[in-house]
Amino acid sequence: MTDVAAPPMRERRGLRERWHELPEQQRIGITIGAQIVVAILLYLLDSALGYALLTLSALYWLPRLPPLPWRLAAEVALVAVFLVFGPRAFAVVLAIAFAVFWVPARQRGTVIPVVAVFAVVLYPAFQSHMFTIPVFGVWPDTQTGVYMLAFMMMAVGLNIVVGYAGLLDLGYVAFYATGAYTAAWFTSLQFPHTTFHFGAVGIDPKLPGIHITVWLLLPLAGAVTALIGILIGLPTLRLRGDYLAIVTLGFGEILPQVARNSDNFLGTGFNLTNGPNGITPLDSMGFGHTISNATGGFLPANYLSCCSAKFLGHAVSYVDVFYWTAIVLLLITVFCSFRLQYSRLGRAWIAIREDETAAAAMGIPLMRTKTWAYASGAFFGGVAGAFYAVFKSSTFPGDFFFQISVFILCMVILGGMGNIWGVLVGAGFLAYLDREGLANTGAWINSNIHVGSHHPNIDVDLYKPGIYGLIILIVMLFRPEGLIPSKRRAAELHEGVHDEPLYDIAHGAYDEVGGVEA
Amino acid sequence: MAADASAPSLARRLSRPSPVSAVGLGLVALLLFWLLVNLIKTPGDFFDVLTIGFTTGCVYALIALGYTLVYGILELINFAHGDVFMLGGMFTITFATHLFGLHHGQGSVTILIVLATLLLTMGACGLLNVTIEFIAYRPLRHAPRLAPLITAIGVSFILQDIALAWKGPEYISSPDVFPRSSVFTIGGVEYTWRRLLVVLITVPVLLALVYLVQNTRQGKAMRATAQDRDAAAIMGINVNRTISFTFLIAGALAGAAGLLYAFYVQNIRFDAGFQLGLIAFTAAVLGGIGNLPGAVLGAIIIGLIQAFNEGLNWHAPGSDWTQSIVFSILILILVFRPEGLLGERTPEGG
Repeated sequence: MTDVAAPPMRERRGLRERWHELPEQQRIGITIGAQIVVAILLYLLDSALGYALLTLSALYWLPRLPPLPWRLAAEVALVAVFLVFGPRAFAVVLAIAFAVFWVPARQRGTVIPVVAVFAVVLYPAFQSHMFTIPVFGVWPDTQTGVYMLAFMMMAVGLNIVVGYAGLLDLGYVAFYATGAYTAAWFTSLQFPHTTFHFGAVGIDPKLPGIHITVWLLLPLAGAVTALIGILIGLPTLRLRGDYLAIVTLGFGEILPQVARNSDNFLGTGFNLTNGPNGITPLDSMGFGHTISNATGGFLPANYLSCCSAKFLGHAVSYVDVFYWTAIVLLLITVFCSFRLQYSRLGRAWIAIREDETAAAAMGIPLMRTKTWAYASGAFFGGVAGAFYAVFKSSTFPGDFFFQISVFILCMVILGGMGNIWGVLVGAGFLAYLDREGLANTGAWINSNIHVGSHHPNIDVDLYKPGIYGLIILIVMLFRPEGLIPSKRRAAELHEGVHDEPLYDIAHGAYDEVGGVEA
Repeated sequence: MAADASAPSLARRLSRPSPVSAVGLGLVALLLFWLLVNLIKTPGDFFDVLTIGFTTGCVYALIALGYTLVYGILELINFAHGDVFMLGGMFTITFATHLFGLHHGQGSVTILIVLATLLLTMGACGLLNVTIEFIAYRPLRHAPRLAPLITAIGVSFILQDIALAWKGPEYISSPDVFPRSSVFTIGGVEYTWRRLLVVLITVPVLLALVYLVQNTRQGKAMRATAQDRDAAAIMGINVNRTISFTFLIAGALAGAAGLLYAFYVQNIRFDAGFQLGLIAFTAAVLGGIGNLPGAVLGAIIIGLIQAFNEGLNWHAPGSDWTQSIVFSILILILVFRPEGLLGERTPEGG
């Protein structure tokens, strides 16, 4: 927000300048004082909130303190304080945070992801021992974890289209739906006149319908969805910018409606999607007895009839196994996404995003490159959709609203377009909010906030779309590059790219003239 | 830039139809054949459906004009416009019933109340639209073009939630004041007053808009800003004020459409604006976005297609498919003729 800020920003900049003119000690003192006052006020409202703010303040100030002896002393003191007074879990969180600060800056890029992956993998074991987060309530359970991971995959997929290639896709839900329906067709009783079995687990081998193993199904669903992506992309990708957004939105509305109306496909009497009743149940996942026995039961034969094992004192349920499978799928997605980003194709996407004309002049085939972006994004959306459908064991046309497209877009925007870490954080957080967080927050508000003498009784579920809308609005207005931005994308958003009119390039001159009355 | 891109392709198109446009013409011919068969089989239904389509087309025209005005001046697809229209319907019902105490069978006072409600709703929606522009779009004037589009989606959802919090999740209904008596009858098919009233309210609003854009100083400023904001600013036009004024007009039109919808359809819900807004946007694209007569023409065509689809008997897909058909039209137009029926060829479409 430097020289591109709109006129209303000027007054704020004045305040900021005056703030920077103060001596440094005074500024630090005022900030700490203000934080403590706010923490005390919050403590009066809810003790946990006060603790939370104090912890955050400590985390904020610790790395800014003078080096080792002082910092060490402060950290030890804090740990002691929280061990004695605060909830035990705060101390654990703080200890992890300190460990992160002690890792030299150069190794943080590798150490933090590895620790994060370990923490996520071990999560089901210590989920029940976690503390209660103020306002947000208990930590998400594993079921929510699967939901979060599936949507993180979709967000990483959409990030390829929106973040890398800069093509606004408002119909991503179409890919989710395609993946889910592909999964449903190949693992259910939907086509009773055909009987085809290939490695499916947990069902009678004489059962009618197409049943193939989920390990083959996932890439198949991805491929089918990528094909749909190419089919959608070929006629439309020559359109630019907002026209493309509208066309994708159109497809995002058409495909679910086709799914809803295709219990009598095109009037032929052929039941393609079972209409509004959806397709359920779907076959379970599993490795089959051969692989399961060969690995000594480490890989379960059938997820649904699993498991008797214990993991760090935690009785493993089938949801946990789905959760770990989702982690593996997400890791593969993230790996592919990283490799794509710096490949020849990925660099071509970025070139197109920044200046289509220049990219074409440099010999990048626009249509082919854009179609690849679409196909790759669709692939991951399809795999995630298929996996989630198998997990839910159902596919309903009502799952695929325009709101879902915007929800996934919101994840990408909140996290930071073009940055995988940002997208993962944004997606995980929003999916958690959608599934548990908002309901918990609503319950907290309804029981702790009083309007006059009665509780507000807000049904938070009803207002979800507006909350996402608000998040989009706030992020776009105040931090368009997202929470964890990609440096390159942030520069584009602040300095502008090719597709703005001449007016914007000359806006400095315009500001001088703009005040003149007509 | 537009002229450079359009000159050779236009010439090529005139000399020899490309395979793409041949397919497009084929589709149109198929559509006309389907209409003809329906006309011969059930002429009565056909005329009834025709008048229904024309009436809804009028409502769509008012909304589509708002899209086209804003697109013309800012090159922004104002996603929130449909929701402004929906709020217009809610304003109408609130003003008419709570402020003026309108109810069925009040005689000639009804006309006065409806007119007063119309003015109030247009004003309220206009102000709402100006506020939205000020809060959500103006700070992004210098951002990449997709940024305000994304913001507009956010605003659209926020407006829906506002309506939800205000009126609740159920349909709210308006008093039955448009008379159901017939104006004239053709071959046993009645043309009712309520359908005529929609047209009678739409036409003066459209004429006022045409006068405003063509003949007033402010309209001239709007056209100048739409053509070239830099040049307009250099000529001493206050660009920001002109953009605000455009949003005011667009909002007022959405308010008028909201009133017609509220009284004609008689029930409205918080999510009505999104679907109708997209349909109206399709109409604007069909006519050629940025082109005012095009928006009206496109809206009437879309209204007719929707009515034919939902009302005709011979091989009509029915209302289950309305949305898919409208969006297919949108996609087909963007693929075959991105400049619309009456629009100019743009770099986006080329």
